Amino acid sequence: MTHPASLITMCNVSKFFGDFQALKDVSLDVAVGERVVICGPSGSGKSTLIRCINRLEAHEEGDIVVDGVTLSEDAETLNKIRGSVGMVFQQFNLFPHLTVAQNLTLGPRRVLGLSETNARARAMKYLERVQIPDQADKYPRQLSGGQQQRVAIARSLCMEPRILLFDEPTSALDPEMIAEVLEVMTELAASGMTMIVVTHEMGFARRVANKMVFMDKGEIVEVGAPEDVFTAPKSPRFAKFLQQIINH
Amino acid sequence: MKRILVVTILLALLSGCSGNWGWYVVDPTTPTGAANLRFLVSGAYNTILMSVTAICISVVVGLFIALPGLSRKRSWRSINRVYVEVVRSVPILVLLLWVYYGLPQLSGLTLNVFWAGVLALALSDSAFQAEIFRAGIQSIGKGQYEAAQSISLNYRDTMRYVILPQAIRRILPALGNQLVYMLKMSSLVSVIGMQELTRKANELVVSEYRPLEIYTILVLEYLVLILIVSAGVRWLERHMNSEEA
Ligand SMILES: Nc1ncnc2c1ncn2[C@@H]1O[C@H](COP(=O)(O)OP(=O)(O)OP(=O)(O)O)[C@@H](O)[C@H]1O
Ligand SMILES: [Mg+2]
Repeated sequence: MTHPASLITMCNVSKFFGDFQALKDVSLDVAVGERVVICGPSGSGKSTLIRCINRLEAHEEGDIVVDGVTLSEDAETLNKIRGSVGMVFQQFNLFPHLTVAQNLTLGPRRVLGLSETNARARAMKYLERVQIPDQADKYPRQLSGGQQQRVAIARSLCMEPRILLFDEPTSALDPEMIAEVLEVMTELAASGMTMIVVTHEMGFARRVANKMVFMDKGEIVEVGAPEDVFTAPKSPRFAKFLQQIINH
Repeated sequence: MKRILVVTILLALLSGCSGNWGWYVVDPTTPTGAANLRFLVSGAYNTILMSVTAICISVVVGLFIALPGLSRKRSWRSINRVYVEVVRSVPILVLLLWVYYGLPQLSGLTLNVFWAGVLALALSDSAFQAEIFRAGIQSIGKGQYEAAQSISLNYRDTMRYVILPQAIRRILPALGNQLVYMLKMSSLVSVIGMQELTRKANELVVSEYRPLEIYTILVLEYLVLILIVSAGVRWLERHMNSEEA
């Protein structure tokens, strides 16, 4: 597969929380259609990194270019970025007072200006895609965790983003529900969606990723193709980390 | 009709307590008693109208005072703090006298008794509403804002469609409390001559010299009003919760 253009370019990005440096000089390129899996120990800055991409966190140093737009505080830029980047959270973050369909149509109606009918049609299309069209008129708390996370994925898809960010999408799920979410994500990857996924699901990484990123202490320690890093990680820290995960 | 029934039953009970009661002043079976009773109850209209108008205003003002209190900018937050601290520290009665007698001198704007009362009640309550809204909005997790941001909702839509609907559900009991408080505090407006429940009772006492019976009725009038409000709020809570279930 060829990657014609970079969709995301991070160049020497640093991020501080007060005196604490959460990201240290991080550089990363993500091409169109690429599936990047980020792993690393807790507190290594994985969430911070992907949250910088849609500016849920603002970085202090370096540049982030998303879909040709350099991130800045400017409101219009922010809108553009967030229009092209979707995000799926560990805790789903569905809107509990809205039905599944309302969760899905809110963005399309208010941001993209779709009519009620068109937004609903789009919502149904993506609910089919995540295989729960029959739950459209339920409230989130009536659904299982796996179903809720699939609704959250559908909510992101409804904005028709160019990039989807996942922050440990299966970590809050019971084991039996992890598979159904990973299946939807695998299907998305197959459809050509550009994805950055923070996860410790190494089986998924092996199947889906075409780039593995290992982070530790705010740094990107190693980047490589999964077939290389899984068989022969270059850095000892990554080797140790993989060992721990696999033995776990 | 139902209210009169309840009142008469309670009266019958109370009259058994001691020989000092003179319920004839409000005995609905005599023409004077019935007229007196009607006179007392007729104040309810103004009490309710004033309280409801005031609370509608104070909810809106309170919300708009609460929002800067949630800002990351210190200067915005201090606007909220100053408003809340100042307004909260003025006794309602003092505020009322100031609005009714003082404001016309200051601005040349003369308010009638009703609007002076509404303004004083609403102003005073708005500080509390602001605190209630702030607490309610702060109780909504940061994940909700992030989810809203991730689908590009702007601040206004995030508040309107995501945060406030959830916050209002949570603060409903507190809003109910404020309405109860407002109904009670509206009695203070009798001081400047508003013809509401308390004023009517005072006037009747002056002409009938039966404070015990008349003020007992007054107590019951507030009790009934407030029980109705409480039931209403609880109904609303149930209704809103079942919407989610
Ligand atoms: N809002 C914040 N304020 C202060 N420090 C923060 C904040 N968010 C994150 N940090 C710190 O930054 C570091 C990186 O956090 P981050 O959440 O990116 O780690 P992570 O790799 O996602 O970890 P986990 O696997 O536990 O989710 C951590 O040490 C964390 O304590
Ligand atoms: Mg994290």
